[in-house]
Amino acid sequence: MLLTSHYNYWVVIALMMIGLYMVIAQGNLVKKIIGLNIFQTSVFIFYISVGKVDGGHAPILTEGESLYSNPLPHVLILTAIVVGIATTALALALTIRIKRAYGSIEERDIQAAEELQERASSQMYARTPARKEQ
Amino acid sequence: MNESSLLQLALLIPLLALAGIQLTARRENVREAVSLIAASALFFTVTQLYQPMLDGQTIAVHWLDILPGLALAFRVEPLGLMFALVASFLWIITTLYAIGYMRGHGEENQTRFFSLFAVSIGAVMGIAFAENLFTLFVFYEVLTLCTYPLVTHAGTDKARQGGRTYLGILLGTSVGFFLLAIIATWLLAGTLSFQPGGIFAADTSAVLLSVLLVLFVFGVGKAAIMPFHRWLPAAMVAPTPVSALLHAVAVVKAGVFVVLKICLLIFGIDTLQSIPATNWLLYLAGASILLASIIALRQQNLKKRLAYSTVSQLGYITLGALLATSAGMTGSALHIVMHAFGKITLFFCAGAILVAAHKTEVHELRGLGRQMPVTMTAFLVASLCIIGIPPTGGTWSKWYLMLGTFESGQWVLMVLLMISSLLSIAYLLPIPLQAFFGGRQPLETEVGSPTAIREAPLPSVIALTVTAAGCVYLLLYPDVFYRLITAGI
Amino acid sequence: MLAHLPILQVILPLMAAPSCLLIRKSTLVWLFTLAVSFAALVVSVLLLQQVYAVGPIRYQLGGWDAPWGIEYRIDLLNAWVLFIVTALSTVVLTTAHTSIQRELEANRQTVFYTLYLLCFAGLLGIVATGDAFNVFVFLEISSLSTYALIALGKDRRALWAAYQYLIMGTIGATFILIGIGFLYMMTGTLNMADLAGRIPSLSESTTVLAAFAFIFVGICLKLALFPLHLWLPNAYSCAPSIVTAFLAATATKVALYLLLRFTFTVFGVDFSLSHLPLDILLISLGLVGVFAASTVAIYQTNIKRMFAFSSVAQVGYMVVGIGIGTVTALQATLLHLFNHALMKGGLFLALAGLVYQLGGCRIEHFRGLGRSMPWTMAAIVVGGLSLIGMPLTVGFVSKWYLISAAIEQQFWGVAVLVLLGSLLAVAYIWKLVEAAYFQAPADDTRAEAPLGILLPAWLLIAANIYFGIDTRLPVEVTAAASQFLLGDAAQ
Repeated sequence: MLLTSHYNYWVVIALMMIGLYMVIAQGNLVKKIIGLNIFQTSVFIFYISVGKVDGGHAPILTEGESLYSNPLPHVLILTAIVVGIATTALALALTIRIKRAYGSIEERDIQAAEELQERASSQMYARTPARKEQ
Repeated sequence: MNESSLLQLALLIPLLALAGIQLTARRENVREAVSLIAASALFFTVTQLYQPMLDGQTIAVHWLDILPGLALAFRVEPLGLMFALVASFLWIITTLYAIGYMRGHGEENQTRFFSLFAVSIGAVMGIAFAENLFTLFVFYEVLTLCTYPLVTHAGTDKARQGGRTYLGILLGTSVGFFLLAIIATWLLAGTLSFQPGGIFAADTSAVLLSVLLVLFVFGVGKAAIMPFHRWLPAAMVAPTPVSALLHAVAVVKAGVFVVLKICLLIFGIDTLQSIPATNWLLYLAGASILLASIIALRQQNLKKRLAYSTVSQLGYITLGALLATSAGMTGSALHIVMHAFGKITLFFCAGAILVAAHKTEVHELRGLGRQMPVTMTAFLVASLCIIGIPPTGGTWSKWYLMLGTFESGQWVLMVLLMISSLLSIAYLLPIPLQAFFGGRQPLETEVGSPTAIREAPLPSVIALTVTAAGCVYLLLYPDVFYRLITAGI
Repeated sequence: MLAHLPILQVILPLMAAPSCLLIRKSTLVWLFTLAVSFAALVVSVLLLQQVYAVGPIRYQLGGWDAPWGIEYRIDLLNAWVLFIVTALSTVVLTTAHTSIQRELEANRQTVFYTLYLLCFAGLLGIVATGDAFNVFVFLEISSLSTYALIALGKDRRALWAAYQYLIMGTIGATFILIGIGFLYMMTGTLNMADLAGRIPSLSESTTVLAAFAFIFVGICLKLALFPLHLWLPNAYSCAPSIVTAFLAATATKVALYLLLRFTFTVFGVDFSLSHLPLDILLISLGLVGVFAASTVAIYQTNIKRMFAFSSVAQVGYMVVGIGIGTVTALQATLLHLFNHALMKGGLFLALAGLVYQLGGCRIEHFRGLGRSMPWTMAAIVVGGLSLIGMPLTVGFVSKWYLISAAIEQQFWGVAVLVLLGSLLAVAYIWKLVEAAYFQAPADDTRAEAPLGILLPAWLLIAANIYFGIDTRLPVEVTAAASQFLLGDAAQ
């Protein structure tokens, strides 16, 4: 019963979990972005499906129609989609720059490079010991 | 000039001194003169407040309200005036001594040194004349922060370590315990102003008051109650004038003064007698006295021995305050004065020995009396003052403290005080006696030889003579302070 | 003009941002941005005065009535936060020109100012608006520009930090979006005041509870409340110094404002603190954050990172205040909002001076700084003392109120823990003091930081001391604001 009547929520939950899992579990930066997108899309679907009114007409003023679906969620989601696109664009731009700087877009490669750099710089500073005063 | 402006002046002179010292930094003699003039001016100003205060005038100054109901305000009251008199007088003497020491020892950063001296005296004045606990706390913290650079003056690793212990314990106790107690008192009593008879309502829970008392006594880390006493020996890395300042003039005296004031004017004698924690803290103070004396016996480094002796003597003052009888508190207040003069002389002597003879350990001082007779005589007189025997003023304070323990039936503590006096004889008296009668110094340092040990620089010698004489003077004329104390308690 | 102040507050920087791209010369862009920021400051002062005199101001966007249209609602809480954000932004901007000369390439500087204004507009929008979805929009505007600003840092680590922050921040913002969606689903409105009116009757609904949970987690991620703080240290340490100063002083404050707004105004005190065990949760997480972050801070070698962890700890204090939930506690939180902005703003600007002169910000760069850059170091010491909570500084005032609030409610343990946290701050501040005054400089002595950075840094540090002594303005405003928040939340 619950499965069939609330199927939109199940879809939302499934997509949300898939998206979150991808963000957390995937090491590849682009795949993370894809996961983020799926996560955001699930929210879009949530909003839109909530706006649908049973038996309601599309929210365009038409002669003879009295019950309309709610147009507000669509407006909200348009905004959210734009935000999502901007985020994806920025994330992809960052990924390109990271690829140029680190040579890889795998999380563990980047973290390994970071660690190497941190160790090198602390060694470099350790080699110039502090001169004690007086 | 009316009295309130005198009070303002007393508070502002140290800051003016700071400005003056900074401006005359290049010309050393002028700079030193600024310090001395400011110190004398401060002492003179404070003495002008003496008679009006005894006549019963209210001399108060209100700076500003920092938080609603919490003001930076000052008022002259007897115990505060007593402390201010001692501190300002000893500032003059310590400055004189410091001039001799710093130049004789070739110390660096002298401007910074004298500037911070001025600021710390300013903070002490703020503590002495504070009208409420809030003002007191503000200047208490200022004192900690401005004495830190003095303690770590040498800038070496050892100085840094010592500074860490110093700051760690003092800030730890003040932020962790003292501030908590102050805020709790504020919420409980609705006011933080010092009032005769205490500020708590009669029906306040005894348990709560006990907790507060414990927090206060431990929170005032400058009073060096064990186990929060470690900062004192750690602060011995400081140059000797700083140690003298710390031990006799400013820091520890501020600590025990705060404890005395809180016992008298925040809790009140009656409240103190009625809460259970007082007894526990009395035994803790007693234990502190005894343990510190024993540790002092085992110290070979002169300054360390004097440091533990201070811990022990501070225990006397805290004990007196907690006895919650008028005799006990009188003894406590008197001992603030007597110990100040005695200890400062001892430290001056230790510094003189360091500068003139380059010796720091007790066993190295045998026979030094031949080359440095003035110094060692002063040492002898000061030791008697600390021990509490005639012909020095320490007699009076010991007398009142013993009377206090007798009055309140604290036999254990009475015995403890007597044992501790014996111990103080054991760790102090041998030093001057050995110096005069205990052998001779190596031949090359004999009087007349080219590498002879001479007396310390003249300013230093003058300083320690004055304070030693003060010890004797206070036996004969303790009136000045006695009148103040009886007015206050 | 005066009637349109609420929207002017946001529109000015928002319109100015793309206009920056039209101006080519770096100095002109800087002056233009500074002028806009100052104008925003003037607007916020006027708003604060108006609200203090008259009461909450409501402004309908486009003339559409609430709750159908978007409404901007300025009460004492927003006005206070607006003032803090605009004031800090103006002071930080005065140093921007000097500081970014050495941290950004010449062709990036116009872009920097554009992004800065966008971020600024976004933050102001979050604070000024009275509509829940509008919050999300401005949140994303400010977040996206923040990610880009962080990525402008010199090191390649800035890119990685920006990316990580992007991922985490977007998840957080999307959580907030989900929460708003749930609320809309249940109540049919997005207007905060209207929501506040409708939620009490729905307080048993699991959907509303879920909405609260999502919004709460989303905001806490932006707030960097432990354990959702992992993005902050990297972001603060790798970004250009001015960006760090600006973010440290404003971004977390705005997130805190959001938490306050949703907890007290939208959902209401009863729902948030009594119905849910949020008080225990907030106090515990706050205290754990204080200790965990302060302890980690002690072991950091990069000083910007150290102060970033210190910020996480300070956020913990603010959250403890919310958890205790009384008027005094809330006042403590609001005071700390202001005080922390001053403290961290001043400290990070001083660090900007350090980076300008020495090119880096590690503990090794601090050696002998007391001699080579005495004024900068003095600023850091005073800021550090304020962080510890020494009397006569601003940090003492908020500590006093927080501990009073804890003791009033008989939370002795909380009071003790708050004080212990301050002692941890002594440990990491004193590391800097010892390095600067006890060690000789590692290489030849450099000169003092340039006046363009030193003066504004000292302005903020002096404000630390000034408002630690003359506390009337912050105390009165925050007292009124916290009374208002707890008194009648819904109007």
